[in-house]
Parts: sequence; C-alpha cells; structure tokens
Amino acid sequence: MIEKFSQFRLKGLVVLAIVIFALPLLISNPFHYSLATQIALIAGAVVGLNLLVGFAGQISLGHAGFFGLGAYFNAIMTSHYGWSAIPALIVGATCVGLIAWAVGRPILRLKGHYLSMATLAVGFIIYIILNNERQITGGPDGMPVPAFDVFGWELSAFGQYSLFGIDISGDLAWYLFAGVVLLAVVWLAQNLVDSPIGRALRSVHGSEVAASVVGVNTAKYKSLVFVVSAVFASVMGALYGHFQGFITPAIASFEFSILLITMIVLGGMGSTIGVIIGAVVLELLPQVLADFQEFEMVLFGLILMLTMIFMPKGLLPTAANFLAKRRSKSAGGDA
Amino acid sequence: MFSEFLQYLFTGITIGATYALIALGFTLIYNASHVINFAQGEFLMIGGMATVSLMSMGVPMLLAIVLAVVLAGVMGIALQRLAIAPAKDANVVTLIIITIGASIFIRGLAQLVWGKEFHVMPNFSSDEPIQIFGAVLNSQSLWVLGVGAVLVAILVYFFTRTMTGKAILATSMNKDAARLVGIRTQMVLMLAFMVSALLGSIAGIVVAPITFTSYDIGIILGLKGFVAAAIGGLGSGVGAVVGGLALGVVEAMTAGYLSSDYKDAVAFSMILLVLFFMPRGLFGAKVVERV
Repeated sequence: MIEKFSQFRLKGLVVLAIVIFALPLLISNPFHYSLATQIALIAGAVVGLNLLVGFAGQISLGHAGFFGLGAYFNAIMTSHYGWSAIPALIVGATCVGLIAWAVGRPILRLKGHYLSMATLAVGFIIYIILNNERQITGGPDGMPVPAFDVFGWELSAFGQYSLFGIDISGDLAWYLFAGVVLLAVVWLAQNLVDSPIGRALRSVHGSEVAASVVGVNTAKYKSLVFVVSAVFASVMGALYGHFQGFITPAIASFEFSILLITMIVLGGMGSTIGVIIGAVVLELLPQVLADFQEFEMVLFGLILMLTMIFMPKGLLPTAANFLAKRRSKSAGGDA
Repeated sequence: MFSEFLQYLFTGITIGATYALIALGFTLIYNASHVINFAQGEFLMIGGMATVSLMSMGVPMLLAIVLAVVLAGVMGIALQRLAIAPAKDANVVTLIIITIGASIFIRGLAQLVWGKEFHVMPNFSSDEPIQIFGAVLNSQSLWVLGVGAVLVAILVYFFTRTMTGKAILATSMNKDAARLVGIRTQMVLMLAFMVSALLGSIAGIVVAPITFTSYDIGIILGLKGFVAAAIGGLGSGVGAVVGGLALGVVEAMTAGYLSSDYKDAVAFSMILLVLFFMPRGLFGAKVVERV
C-alpha cells in the first residue's frame, strides 16, 4: 500500500491537501489563519518561480516585480475603475505575461550572473515606477485594495459565510480559498513538469548546448517558462493584495525577490513540495525570531548561512537523503 | 549652463569612483572564485561606521581609519574561511544565498553595535568648498578621486609585478593548473576576499563624509557596485573602473536634468541596454565554453 503510494506521481499533492485541510483542526486564532493564508499565497508564487529556477536552471532576482505588478493592476482596476476582481486578475496576468515575454526574449540569451543582473534590473525598474507614480499607486505610502469579489459575492477576512450549511468565519474562508488555489497551482506545475515541456526544461538545466544539439528549441522553452512563472507570480500577487487589503511597493522590492529565491534554495530547488516548505520556514522564522527583538536580524542571517552551508541542496532533499540512507542501513543494504 | 553641467559631472565622477572601487572588489572575488559576493556592500558600511565610532571614542582619525580597514580585512578573511570555503561544492545560487545570509548577519551585528541612526564623519581636510568655473567642488571629492586613483595604481602593480598578484590571476584562469604549479589556491581565495574587503572599506571611509553612513547603506551601494561590474563586464578590472564612472556620471546627469526620483531606474535601464547589445558587458572576456 505504502509502496504503491510512494510510486504515485502526484503523491506530494495528496500530502499537501491533507496538511492544508487538517490545519484548521490545529489552529483557530485569526492571526494564525491570516499568517497561513499569506504563506499559501506566497508559496503559490514560489512554486511558479521554481519552474524557472529549479527545473530550467535560470535565475531570476526580480520576480517580486511581477508579483507587485499583478497586485497593483488589480488594486488600481478594482478601486479606480470599478472592475470586478476576476476579470482584473485575468487581464492583469495577461499583461504581465506579455511584459515577461517582451523582456524575456533578449534577457534569456544571457547566462549565469548576467541573467541574474538583468532580471534584478527589470524588478528594480518595476519597483521604482510603483514607488514614484504617486497619483496612480499612492507612492511609497501604498494604496488600499477592495475586497475580492466573485459575481457580486465578496470574500473578506471580516465576513461570515456559510459553506454547505456550516458557518465559517472570513479568516477561515480566505484560508481555505488560498489553500485550494495553492493546490491548483501545484497540480498545474506538477503536470507541466511531467509533460514533454518539463522534460525539455530539465534538459536545458542539464546542458543547454546538449539540449539544443538534440533539437530542443531552448530559447522557446526558456521564454515559455519565464512567462508562465511571471503569470503565476502576477495571479498570486493579485490575490495577496486583495487578502491584505493594503499594498505598498515593498511587495515588488529587491528584498522580496531575494526572499522568494531564498525560499526555493532553502527548501530544495526543483522540488515542488520542498519550495513550499521553504516558504513556510522563511515566513514563520521572523515570527519566532521576533521574540529576540534586536537580535532578530543577526539570528536570521546566521540561520540562513548555516543552513545553506551544511545543507546546500536544501531542507527537503537533505532530509529525504538522510531518511533513504537510514532505511538502507536498517535493511542491511551495503549502499 | 556650463557650470551646472560641471557641477553634475563632479558629483557623478565622485560617486562613480566609489562605485568603481566596489566593482573592483566584486571583480577580484569573482575572478578568484566565480562567486558574486552580495556582502561586498557591507565592507563599505563597516569601514565608515567603524571609523566614525572609533573617532567618537577619541581615537585620532588616521589611526581610526587604519583600525577600521584592518577590521574589514579580518571580516573578509572570516567570510571566506567560515562561510565560503566550507560550502565549496555548493552551486552558484546556493553560494549567492550564503553571501546574502552573511550580509544580513553583518548588517544585524552593525545594528546591534552602532544602532540605526545616521552617523556623520568630518571631511578629511578643509570644509571650504573649491570653486571651479562657477561649480562647487567639495574638497572630500578630491580625496575620493585621489584615493581611488592610488588604489587602482596599487592594484595594477600588484597584479602585474608581484608573485602573489600573479598567483591570483593564475588561479582565476585555471584553478587546477594553478594548483599543479604549486599555488595554494585556498590561500589565494582568502587573499582575494581580504583585498576585496580592504578596497571596500577604504571606499566606504573616503565617501562617508559626503554620503553619511548608517548600518544599512551597504545594500544599495553593493547593488550599484554589482551593476557597475556587470556593465563593465564581470572579471574585467578596466571594465569595473569604466562601468563605475559611467554609472556615476549617468546617474548624476539624470538626477540633475531629468528627475532625481528616476535616477536609479536609469542606472538599471543602462545595464539592460548594455547587456542587450553586449551580453558580456563592455569589457567582458569572450569565454569559449567547453561542453
């Protein structure tokens, strides 16, 4: 039974679903729900970015720019122009996808550190524009975002809803919604990875030259996955903005881009569940460290450094490796 | 009209010289180890902050500067020994994250020791500005340019005339071959981090009277240095100097003639433009990749 399950292609998705739906049994405090919702939405963006970084091996240090663009597009369209959230989200994601395609074509020719530099620059330019166009975005002070609405029905963290006859609070409703969105994102990502496109991407990661020699159109696949990851970021950004109810350019900042990529590397590049764990750890860590007050920053830097020095492959792959070794030892294997 | 232009030019060259020194630090470490050191900006911060705090304890300026530079050098060695060397098998992104962790750690320490306030350092010589064709030149700018030029000259001498410098160059070209001819490559890496920290801290000290200093100035200065290094072409010393000066001048001109809000955006657009047409920067080496 367990053997069969461990061979099941989407086992990570099942485990994730169990965790997401079991969590409300453990927590009930609105603050915890709010934190869990934030983590789920950011994890969605990270899963998308992992397609680019973990599978195709291309580094982006500017992905928060796309996250921020998605959030601001929805905020501006729903508050200034009276759009509904869903159409704004779709149009926003399309625009971000087009922008990513337009900048991606020339940028993705670059390799290694030059690619990091170029994506960093794109992210920074987006951040500076959001920060400076005060009439539209509210500048550094940020802007309010209306509640998320679907067909005239509003989802607000302060509301009361009834689902299948059970009364649920707004916090729980948002959490469940974010959880379902994350599951959908993981399902999409997993299917993309297991498709011929995914194999092409992994071949680009292995060796771009070899991939192009055997006939993989590397430029096409690289820009495709860049666009897909930008669209994921845009959608998650839009939802994040609606959930928070207020956004500032900080969500498009270089620091946030770095945080996203750190979640991937810390959790385990190329492992969808791993990067979600990375997101959970890096979002919870400041909460834990806040008790140490002025030592928060020192400890955060130290933990980040030590984890990466001693587990360069990331948390999940290292743990999996450790377990596999122990299993083979206890089975008396000579591996 | 002309005096206005000259004014922006002075500002640009001064800040550009600082960027050039940061970019040289990046270049040194990149050449020796192919690591992009995101903690480079923290060396500037350490230089400026340590000098200011030593001076406030009554240490004479020159001694304070020497002690601050030594402190930064020790931190550079520690960074390589304790954080980079143990992770030698890690891939590029992991190494980047390690240096980011190190920069957060150093910034956190600085905040613990020196607090979050801005600190002011006095000019090295007179506070009297110099008038040239109607433009005003801060005497400290001359110090920045002079010290920058001297450092570049020392570096050129070091890499072309000394055995140690040549050993660093050899390691950057081919690590295995360098080891075969008896160069202790671990030693060379340590040296590269140390020299890069010295450069950074000196840059941080000479520019501190102009920009002020605080625990978090390292982030943006480090990034600008990275931009300058990439414009010039990673790994090229000439590129780092040209990239730094070009970045500083373009920034100052944008701030003066267009909008100071968008001066950073212009800097980042500049790097995109350069990379679109020259994917390895202005002076980047044409590397033939072995497959």
